[in-house]
Amino acid sequence: MVQLNNTNKSISRPFTITSILLLIVGMLFGIMGSLQYIIPGLLKEQLSFEKIRPMHVSSIIFWIIIGSVGSVFNYLQLHTQKKLYSRMLAKATFFIFSISIIVILFSYCFGIFGGREYWEFNPIIALPIFIGWILFMINFIKSIGSFRNQPVYVWMWLTGIFFFLFTFLESYLWLFPYFRNNIVNDMTIQWKSYGSMVGSWNMLLYGSSIFLMEKISDEKKYSSSPIAFALYFIGLFNLMFNWGHHIYTLPTYPFIKNISYLVSMTELLILGRIIFLWKSTLTKNLKHLNSITYRFILAADVWIFSTLLLAIAMSIPAINIYTHGTHITVAHTMGATIGINSFLLLAISFDILATHHNNDIGNKKYVNLGFWMTNISLFIFWISLIIAGIIKSKWQMTLNKEPFSTMMLQLKPFFIVFCISGMALFTGFILVISSLIKYHIFYKRK
Amino acid sequence: MIVLLLLLFCYLLYSLILYSELPVKLYSKNKEGEIGKLVWQKYNCNSCHQLYGLGGYLGPDLTNVYSSRSKEYIKSFLMNGTATMPKFNINEYEINSLIQYFRSIDNSGKSDPRIFRIKTDGTIE
Repeated sequence: MVQLNNTNKSISRPFTITSILLLIVGMLFGIMGSLQYIIPGLLKEQLSFEKIRPMHVSSIIFWIIIGSVGSVFNYLQLHTQKKLYSRMLAKATFFIFSISIIVILFSYCFGIFGGREYWEFNPIIALPIFIGWILFMINFIKSIGSFRNQPVYVWMWLTGIFFFLFTFLESYLWLFPYFRNNIVNDMTIQWKSYGSMVGSWNMLLYGSSIFLMEKISDEKKYSSSPIAFALYFIGLFNLMFNWGHHIYTLPTYPFIKNISYLVSMTELLILGRIIFLWKSTLTKNLKHLNSITYRFILAADVWIFSTLLLAIAMSIPAINIYTHGTHITVAHTMGATIGINSFLLLAISFDILATHHNNDIGNKKYVNLGFWMTNISLFIFWISLIIAGIIKSKWQMTLNKEPFSTMMLQLKPFFIVFCISGMALFTGFILVISSLIKYHIFYKRK
Repeated sequence: MIVLLLLLFCYLLYSLILYSELPVKLYSKNKEGEIGKLVWQKYNCNSCHQLYGLGGYLGPDLTNVYSSRSKEYIKSFLMNGTATMPKFNINEYEINSLIQYFRSIDNSGKSDPRIFRIKTDGTIE
């Protein structure tokens, strides 16, 4: 496998560095938001929760999107053994995304909204994001050339790019009164688009992860194997049709819910495969334990298992009515975005920014401490949310409910644990990231 | 490739069917309620509140607030805020539009999970 030189890497590095900055900023907003849960009224007049939450969510969403786009640009060149079709288009994509996220964060800070949950910014800002994505798509398709006999990760990247574009446009159908003037219609289409959109950026990221694993192990068999394509189709099938589990309690068409329930159960095949291959995967991963990249991939494997288990349980309508609207849903989202997406992106970031010396990274003591700190605190963070969710679920199902504020008071000890473990998680990430950045600067100077 | 094209065809067909046959066909003629939705988005209420269990968890679910609380109660919250909720500079017209929006949401169904009956196959009705 040919190593990319610094010139070619100069395309993906700005994406990776910007995405890491967004992770840091997003985590800081997250800590501020969790403090507002335990100290009611904190910064109420300056940065109240309706501003902090979208600032946290958008920073994290763009950490995943910008990081994934950077990883595709990086590995695409390695895969084709050629430079990108257009460096200028890649630069334009980077500047458009970067300026958009700055405008978005400032608009939230000043309380300028107008969009819907997760894309709360004024819909006009969706336009540059759309244009940036089109440029990314053109660059990708032109760089690949022919799609004949391509490995699974190329198809995953293409799927992610196409479906993000489609679902992003779909999520703005509410701009037409036909879609928005009834809450049930509006929410049906909203969650149809959101459910698939998450699947689309997962496709980009998982594609890059498969490429990275093959690069490290120097084996190229998996990505062209029938099992890889079978798993890709299960993932795609779920991306397209399992979104209905978000809206089981919405009075929408029953067939949407039934299709989603059935499709979600196909994820049991993925779960079964993880269990079946557990021992061999573990043995293989332990061989590369010195590599920080591989260590984060191994941690992501554990979180994939836990998150998938929770996701499958939540996709059963009979269980979903207990978990829906509770912090169990938040636990699932946090497990997926931190334990899977963020860990995989960190593994990729190490590969992009600190190549060659991945096994002997900067100050190993701090990286090790950071790695274990993130994993242990994430576990405590996750458990505290699940317990808070169980208590809220019990409250939701009680006949004579206590007031909402009384129930929230009962959850306070778990919010305190959640907040403290969130701070520890942030510290762990900072230890890892600071070593990575230090090494990157050192390596560049050399 | 055939499997991929088939899946893509099914997805696009499914999407088109949903767009053309939206679940609710009786559209609200309530102009104020429609504006209320935009007010809901303008103040980013969904960050803290839920509709049908979807949204933020800092405040309560407001799907059926219209039938469970009086208009005056809702108005007073919107005008004065709470210990956690800031006092928004929301005008009378926006408050009334928001209340009309709550009315249309309330008419669409119930968000209480206790209303569902669990069937043996794991589905709910």
